Amino acid sequence: MTQPLSRDPEDALSPDDSADTSDASGEVVRCDACPVLCRIRKGQAGACDRYANEDGKLVRLDPLLLLQRRVDAGGAVVPFLEPGKPWDGRLISASNTFVTGVGATTTYPDYKPAPFIVASKAEGVDVVTVVTEGIFSYCGLKLKIDTDRFLGPERAAVRAAGEQVGHVTTAEYGSQMLALGGVRHLTGGSKKEGSVTCEAMLKLANREPVDLAIDGGASLRVQAGAAPIVNGEQELRMRVGCGSATIGIFAKQWLGHADEVIVVDDHITGVLTEHQAGRFLCMRPAGIRVRGRRSTPGRYFKVAEPGQGWGGTDITDPLAIIDRIDPKTAWPGLRLLMVSTTGEDAEFFVLDAALKPVRAPMPAPLRAVVERIAENCEPALTSVLFMGGAGGSLRAGVTENPVRLTRSVRELVTRVTCGGAPVYVWPGGGITLMVDVLRMPERSFGYVPTPALVLPIEFTLPIAAYREMGGHIDSAVDLETVLREGRWRAEGWRDGNPWPVTTK
Amino acid sequence: MMQGASCARLPDGRLHCQHGPIDLVIECWGEASEVEHAYAQATRRFASVLEELVAELSALRSPIRGDTRTFAGPVARRMHDAVSPHARVFITPMAAVAGAVADEVLAALVHGRSLRKAIVNNGGDVAFHLSAGEALSTGVVANIAAPALDALASIDATRTVRGIATSGWRGRSQSLGIADAVTVLARSAAEADAAATLIANAVNIKHPAIVRAPARSLREDSDLGDRLVTVEVPALAPAQIDAALAAGVDCAERMRAQGLIEAALIVLQRRARSVHGAASLTRAA
Repeated sequence: MTQPLSRDPEDALSPDDSADTSDASGEVVRCDACPVLCRIRKGQAGACDRYANEDGKLVRLDPLLLLQRRVDAGGAVVPFLEPGKPWDGRLISASNTFVTGVGATTTYPDYKPAPFIVASKAEGVDVVTVVTEGIFSYCGLKLKIDTDRFLGPERAAVRAAGEQVGHVTTAEYGSQMLALGGVRHLTGGSKKEGSVTCEAMLKLANREPVDLAIDGGASLRVQAGAAPIVNGEQELRMRVGCGSATIGIFAKQWLGHADEVIVVDDHITGVLTEHQAGRFLCMRPAGIRVRGRRSTPGRYFKVAEPGQGWGGTDITDPLAIIDRIDPKTAWPGLRLLMVSTTGEDAEFFVLDAALKPVRAPMPAPLRAVVERIAENCEPALTSVLFMGGAGGSLRAGVTENPVRLTRSVRELVTRVTCGGAPVYVWPGGGITLMVDVLRMPERSFGYVPTPALVLPIEFTLPIAAYREMGGHIDSAVDLETVLREGRWRAEGWRDGNPWPVTTK
Repeated sequence: MMQGASCARLPDGRLHCQHGPIDLVIECWGEASEVEHAYAQATRRFASVLEELVAELSALRSPIRGDTRTFAGPVARRMHDAVSPHARVFITPMAAVAGAVADEVLAALVHGRSLRKAIVNNGGDVAFHLSAGEALSTGVVANIAAPALDALASIDATRTVRGIATSGWRGRSQSLGIADAVTVLARSAAEADAAATLIANAVNIKHPAIVRAPARSLREDSDLGDRLVTVEVPALAPAQIDAALAAGVDCAERMRAQGLIEAALIVLQRRARSVHGAASLTRAA
């Protein structure tokens, strides 16, 4: 890649007029918390009263976020803090407290120790957690959108406010993946492309809804943890499987109630009596041939065009996918069920004397299976995973020898968390991680005007290992000191996230 | 790190928009779908308001003196328009920033919508919309440190008033005067904001125990530069209070005669004076 970062994130922290505003004594600091970029003199607060200059340091009057684990006391679970309720003023136990990067702020330049290097004890061993807010100029979001509807061709541009902010990538089982952001959109294109990309990512990462439009495809409203809205319609359920899989799951339950079942699906439409499942049940071939290209017996590709109709096709009348009915094989009175892969659409037909399908009331046993298809469809959601590289200069806030941190993460000695949430670290070089934004505290993300996203990141490791890697051991403070002197607020630990402060 | 503009619904359904120093609480009444569309419109408009202001911030922080400056942003233009009639005295467009933001977001909120009533409250500077037959009742608290309902304003749709703003030496903004609160009713929140700022500056007396400090010593970026702003006001004698109030009333009367404001309530240490025409602003019992 040529010149992906012509504007370095740090440029943004000290804008072009830094010469007249930066002040080594800290008499005046430039606040970069919002676009106003207030100059704040020692002892003053910015225009918002949320940030202040305290002894030459920009401090957030919003406190540092601590997460409190419930502890098991003699069998009874004692909540230290009720999730969602503010701290009641009691002293909290350090051994069950995790200091997150939320509210920690960043340091600049990088070689300065991270804002908080917190020493605590786990299983009798001293453990260090290095806490910071990392600036990720290389970052993006992976969206998994549970839908069978056609969102757009692979590689199509995904746009927000007209600017390309990402692209359509692979279709997965019952879902379409989008890749948003990345350094090329953030800093490789026009200034507007970068700022729109950053804003869209920031909102999605902070669980806000965002409107997207896909070239040659759908318009979307997506929000982490919420059902996607495709072309104005809220998606309800994921399909139970492709058409062929649906046949495989329910074939036996239809036997005796229908002579043919066609499961309409944009990917693979299933035809019961031709399908291996129907043959295994010794069903009589029905002679109803659907459109499209036969893949294997009873499995058809491209029975229609992708769209917003039945099973992700453009079909609104299911009979449109029937190519012909073979008079030598079919018979008058043949009972035909047509159903989509989510059970949202279903119709029942009986062939008349001329072998024409005629709509008829659906028999109760078939209705029950249609409802079971729907019941087996999980709620459709949009999942948002943040992906970014922490392998760059933010490591210098942890250790003087950054590659040792990378190795330590790789050897699973150092645990990486984002706001306490577990991350997946990709194999190979660097510290490229992925994290589910819904497992992080709310509003964990911010940005710098580079543009780049800022998010909490914590590295937890035994103090001996920290010393060995050349960590800023002299900057470590006891957790008790943070609790006593710091400005903080506490929330309950998120159930399901593994407790990161361990020695294993 | 920067936080972007954020808009979220409060538990009671109102919309809260925050970005940097701007905090709006928005409420509207009407058909449910109209209300939802209105909130969506306000949210879209709010997203870029702060950036637009920042782009012209240094010009907005400098005094206007009957100049012919023009501003690119619609909020900046509202600010400039609101302070222009006052160019004889020291004033910068920033005197109307809170009201102008409220006016701009209100305009986006109601655009093309059918709402009975809508309120955009920007930290006490309020822009509102009334359809025929609707009215707005609002209370005034002069001293946030000792909150009491000091006055009630009731505005019905037949009046021209669509903005209310309050200024004083207490709270987040800086004042050259000693008024606890000057509340102004005007055609727009921006006009009310500019007028309240100037009337509050005029409520003043010379007194050795009034603590004043250069504005920049309190806020480095203040548009008031090294002008002395009020930091502390001692308990004053009734005659001193009345003298300060009278100076404010003179200023407010002049503005009313010029058609710049509809009414004003000036409160200083539990004594109050009002200036009003058609719109009513009554002292609470």
